[in-house]
Amino acid sequence: MGMTYIQKLLARACGEPALAVGDVVEPPVDLAMSHENGALVINQFNEIYQGTGRDSSVWDPDRIAIIFDHRVPAESSKTATNQKKIREFVAKQGIGKFHDIRGDVGGICHQILPENGYVRPGAVVVGTDSHTTTHGALGAFAFGIGATEMASVWALGHVLNVEVPATIKVVVKGRLGPGVYAKDLILAVIGKLTAEGANYRVIEFHGEEIRNMPTSGRLVLCNMSVEAGATAGVVPPDAETERYLRQEAGVTDDLDLFGPDADAVYERVIEIDAAALGPQIACPHTVDNVKPVADVRGTKVQQVVIGSCTNGRLDDLEVAARILKGKHVAAGTRMLVFPASWRIYSQALERGYLGDIIAAGAVVCNPGCGPCLGVHQGALADGETALATTNRNFKGRMGNPSAEVYLCSPAVAAASALTGVITDPRGGN
Amino acid sequence: MAIARVVCKLGDDVSTDIIYPGRFMATVLPTETPQYAFADDKALNAKLKAGEIPPGSFIVAGKNFGCGSSREQAASCISGYGIIVIARHFARIFLQNSINVGLAMVICPTIDAAEGDELEIAEGRVWNRTSGKSFPIEALPQARQAIIDAGGLIPYTRRLLTKQV
Repeated sequence: MGMTYIQKLLARACGEPALAVGDVVEPPVDLAMSHENGALVINQFNEIYQGTGRDSSVWDPDRIAIIFDHRVPAESSKTATNQKKIREFVAKQGIGKFHDIRGDVGGICHQILPENGYVRPGAVVVGTDSHTTTHGALGAFAFGIGATEMASVWALGHVLNVEVPATIKVVVKGRLGPGVYAKDLILAVIGKLTAEGANYRVIEFHGEEIRNMPTSGRLVLCNMSVEAGATAGVVPPDAETERYLRQEAGVTDDLDLFGPDADAVYERVIEIDAAALGPQIACPHTVDNVKPVADVRGTKVQQVVIGSCTNGRLDDLEVAARILKGKHVAAGTRMLVFPASWRIYSQALERGYLGDIIAAGAVVCNPGCGPCLGVHQGALADGETALATTNRNFKGRMGNPSAEVYLCSPAVAAASALTGVITDPRGGN
Repeated sequence: MAIARVVCKLGDDVSTDIIYPGRFMATVLPTETPQYAFADDKALNAKLKAGEIPPGSFIVAGKNFGCGSSREQAASCISGYGIIVIARHFARIFLQNSINVGLAMVICPTIDAAEGDELEIAEGRVWNRTSGKSFPIEALPQARQAIIDAGGLIPYTRRLLTKQV
């Protein structure tokens, strides 16, 4: 019987000729990523070794990545102390893929990993962050785990007791129309599957639109696959994957590109007509509460946020700059822009995008996760409404349970910032 | 297991932002996280902190409990109070974290109970002693049984490491 992409990937990783859904494997880890919650991982890691009389060295310091992004620069002495503890551990263990709070190599983990070529097709990637699913865009099996699970990976070098997941195949037929983006597509998929529809499953993306989509868009699809509960999202690697890794991530070594078997068995196949899709929006307070933008247009917004690991990439900033150029953010609305990494920040600066965005009245903040999860800048007042290109709109997500968050593409966000109300970027409001 | 009360009844898709809001994530140690459990539900948080909820009490929820972030604080903050969570089902990462840190959970796809009801877990079922009905329990993932039996992932990994010597 044929295997899906992730079945095949796990079989290769574990040295098995074939694996069936439900088989339990313990795949070796190619990359183990953490951010500030590395402080808890360190605590749990040290606890594992307590009383063993063994030297507490990580299994492979070159396969561990730590990126500061959730609270940068530190918003409190508590965070600064956690970050200090991590820096000391990184130095002691010789961890190489460490991205501190710096304007040259810093940024959000889910942008830092791809742009530095840390993720390869066929790799097993785990991260102490639920949006680790992002890296399926490059053909990795990438999934989120908790801190204690990561401590175990740091000690052993493999993930324990992984059940080979069933796969849902999403086939996107045709091409997206103007003003419609990867974000609209994944919101539509989540609306269709619901917040739990892919729990314990993988979403594998196929179809004409996907083949023609740049890696930046594929990262959006896989990033938000977890919002349907998926263990992982994945785009089988192709020529675009190779282009991205060679040209944008500087990878020079051999790549192992493979696809699912032609007779792979999927639990479910969902077809989406790309051309029929318009801009989508996830309404409060669940990500699967997805509607066409037209259904809520005219809703007043006090804060617009463009950025995050979902939509803070160069093409997102380009779309925003194009819409904002020569115009002004509406009075009564504040607009915050968080590029996903300092590399992207510099590129957007060079190309003039940030200049246009600032001239329109938006505030450009440093790369980081902050406002997406309400930990650092961009908090909302009681009764306020935010429109964001981020990935979650749960009650309290942006730091205030008495506020509301809508999720959309950068185009919808920028167009709405100009009017102060939710707006279809294609016009006709 | 002893008969105990449902102290809180929650709906579907209770996210980790509800269980442990992001702004408290700089607090990581299992000994310190319980103070922020359900921090935005002021009444529940106050009751927990005041020690008014005896260990062994139940939280009953709908489907997809613990969806969202991978933050382990969401499991450790409840575990610190010795509360048992019964849900129709759990989100993957939360379930895994709960097994790893030893939070007691029960998967009960048909559970029906109101706040204040008295429940008992016995013979593979949740018995609602108030309504007189009972509901079947679904087993936790078989693949994780060895970790549950070891009392969590830290002792389990420690055992694997020392066996390697």
